[in-house]
Amino acid sequence: MSGLLLVAGGRLVDPAAGRDGAFDLLLRDGVVAEVGSNLAAAGARVLDATGLIVFPGFIDLHAHLREPGREQAETVATGLKAAAAGGFTAVCAMPNTDPVNDNRAISEYLVSKARGAAGPRLYPIGAVTRGQLGQELAEFGEMRIAGAVAVSDDGKWLADGALLRRAFEHARLVGLPVIQHCEDPSLSGGAPMHEGAVSTRLGLPGQPAIAEAAAVARDLLVAEISGGRLHVAHLSTARALELVREARARGLPVTCEVTPHHLTLTDEEIARSSFSTNFKMNPPLREPADCDALAAGLEDGTVDAIATDHAPHHEDEKALDFETAPFGVVGLETAAAVVYDRLVRTGKLSLARFAEVFSAGPARALGLPGGTLAPGSPANLTLFDPERPWRVDASRFESLSRNTPFAGWDLTGAPAATIVEGRVVWKRET
Amino acid sequence: MTVSCLRSKDLLGTEGLSAEEITLILDTAEALRPIGERQIKKVPALRGRMVVNLFFEASTRTRFSFETAEKWLSADGLSFAAKGSSVEKGESLLDTARNLQAMSPDLIVIRHSCPGVPHFLARNLRAGVVNAGDGAHEHPTQALLDALTIRRRFGRLEGLRVTIAGDITHSRVARSNIWLLTRMGASVVACAPPTLLPPRIEEMGVSATTDFDAALEGADVVMMLRMQLERQGASLFPSAREYFKRYGLTAARLALAKPDAVVMHPGPMNRGVEIASDVADSARSLILEQVSNGVAVRMAVLYLLLTGHTWEGETA
Repeated sequence: MSGLLLVAGGRLVDPAAGRDGAFDLLLRDGVVAEVGSNLAAAGARVLDATGLIVFPGFIDLHAHLREPGREQAETVATGLKAAAAGGFTAVCAMPNTDPVNDNRAISEYLVSKARGAAGPRLYPIGAVTRGQLGQELAEFGEMRIAGAVAVSDDGKWLADGALLRRAFEHARLVGLPVIQHCEDPSLSGGAPMHEGAVSTRLGLPGQPAIAEAAAVARDLLVAEISGGRLHVAHLSTARALELVREARARGLPVTCEVTPHHLTLTDEEIARSSFSTNFKMNPPLREPADCDALAAGLEDGTVDAIATDHAPHHEDEKALDFETAPFGVVGLETAAAVVYDRLVRTGKLSLARFAEVFSAGPARALGLPGGTLAPGSPANLTLFDPERPWRVDASRFESLSRNTPFAGWDLTGAPAATIVEGRVVWKRET
Repeated sequence: MTVSCLRSKDLLGTEGLSAEEITLILDTAEALRPIGERQIKKVPALRGRMVVNLFFEASTRTRFSFETAEKWLSADGLSFAAKGSSVEKGESLLDTARNLQAMSPDLIVIRHSCPGVPHFLARNLRAGVVNAGDGAHEHPTQALLDALTIRRRFGRLEGLRVTIAGDITHSRVARSNIWLLTRMGASVVACAPPTLLPPRIEEMGVSATTDFDAALEGADVVMMLRMQLERQGASLFPSAREYFKRYGLTAARLALAKPDAVVMHPGPMNRGVEIASDVADSARSLILEQVSNGVAVRMAVLYLLLTGHTWEGETA
């Protein structure tokens, strides 16, 4: 359908294929046909990638697209537009919509909406339990037929250990990983921020870091006896990361993701901003030592993926006091640039690992296509301009929502174009 | 160094106040205080200025105190309780505030159960905002009136040892006092049972202990906090009886403090829970003086925020 596209003159960084250097890529019929130097192809359109880095397409494992149910905050179409503008070629959509994506019909609806939007791929994540109520298992197998790539009760940690065990067992049969938002509510109390010196100063209830670690520990134990595949969503504390590291050392099939905001922001932002609700998300912003531990985990491979936890909220919903306002921030349009500027450019993260945690890592974690641009792979590419200076301006987002914690940040490096199955779905107009 | 005005249009907390600003407020309160001792308790200082008292949480003392201060300075005070207002009909806080703004008040005094609400209003309104208590965060005029009370008794704040005891976790009074007193050079001891001592309180510049007797030793001022009995269900302490045994201020315990030590309480008191009646009513108790100083401090805050200069007497 897309004919021939030659991406020429860029620097290809594709760790999975062992490539980092000047390579051209010829894309034909949605797949990578050739990778080489000075490629030429008669009749091919040429995309000049001079000065750009060409990465295997970025994949976001964790986004909330709000459709169906809260279309004033985001829709599949606007969410995917935002994803494309952020360099993402695929997005996994969390099931906490209204109604909940706990069945094949809604999964199919999402996939067909995405197909109509003709942008990045959408992979539904189905609910573990019907209605995300934590009582009865949803039909994993049916949802898988519709294209679901994992199951998760998302913001609701599955507290019932026996039910989680059955979920792992059934998910194994169906061939899906279980994603857990690890937060033991009996310890966290649903508090609006992290517990520490800042919560004490501000007089706000805090969630202790161990609320996450305790949930991770329990989930790892249940995963181990049930032979399930656990993926830990938005891991945010040093202690929980340590538990994942130990489990992987013992050979358990566990993966995890971290978000750009947990890597670059701390609870101090809430005080500095006088309680701005754009710093309220769950898990909450932690402490500098946690940020450092997460960055180290990214570099050493303990962390598989960067995920946005893109959580759009309409301005009216966020214009409330800190305790009442909903959790969540948008992230699709800032993730790659924030991580590039604050971790790669500062030397905390190598360019190869940057490529992996945005593409090969997430692809492996959920068994998705992509992650490499070796010939024969899907032609999903993220072109990134490492020198472009810009300022985060929420009013220019493609997303319908503006709740970013990065407003006003000056960054160097930005996505330049997004190619999905050989077709340019987004390109920066300069 | 002295200053003649406050830097901000708002008083959101004591955390951001400089020592000079605190001194300015206390000196102004001292100068305004005599108004309350006269037969005709009114000066025209704030005539024609409109102050809205927005109380989203129950309050007797603080609201009356602000209203009294407004009347004595001739401001037009308008009080608004959340019950029976459009808030109950689902109006958002921002809309409520904008509607009030449309009536052009000069100052809004707000109490709310959630930390940060006064800050939210201050960001969104042209009017000045005074925090009259936001959840467990701050209650700056309470700390200022406490400071005035201490200063009147001891002549200074610097170098004093102040013990704040009780439910520190849920206390905005404790936080505002900690910021103010440490800024002014007092040393503060925070004492609470382990269940009511928030983590890393030391990082606010105080020493923390769960041993009440040790906390009282050498204290010049003993500031008792209200045990919030409505929180009993949360297992923060098994019973009022058990609490009083370990953390109730009795005459015998008070003997551990300095001989001229004074006792304070922001009210309302639970007699026989955090404080014994004989201590509360003794000559060493400044509890009622705190209340009268509250009006003076609130007059000072209103005056300084609304006029932007120091009090120069009644013709000002």
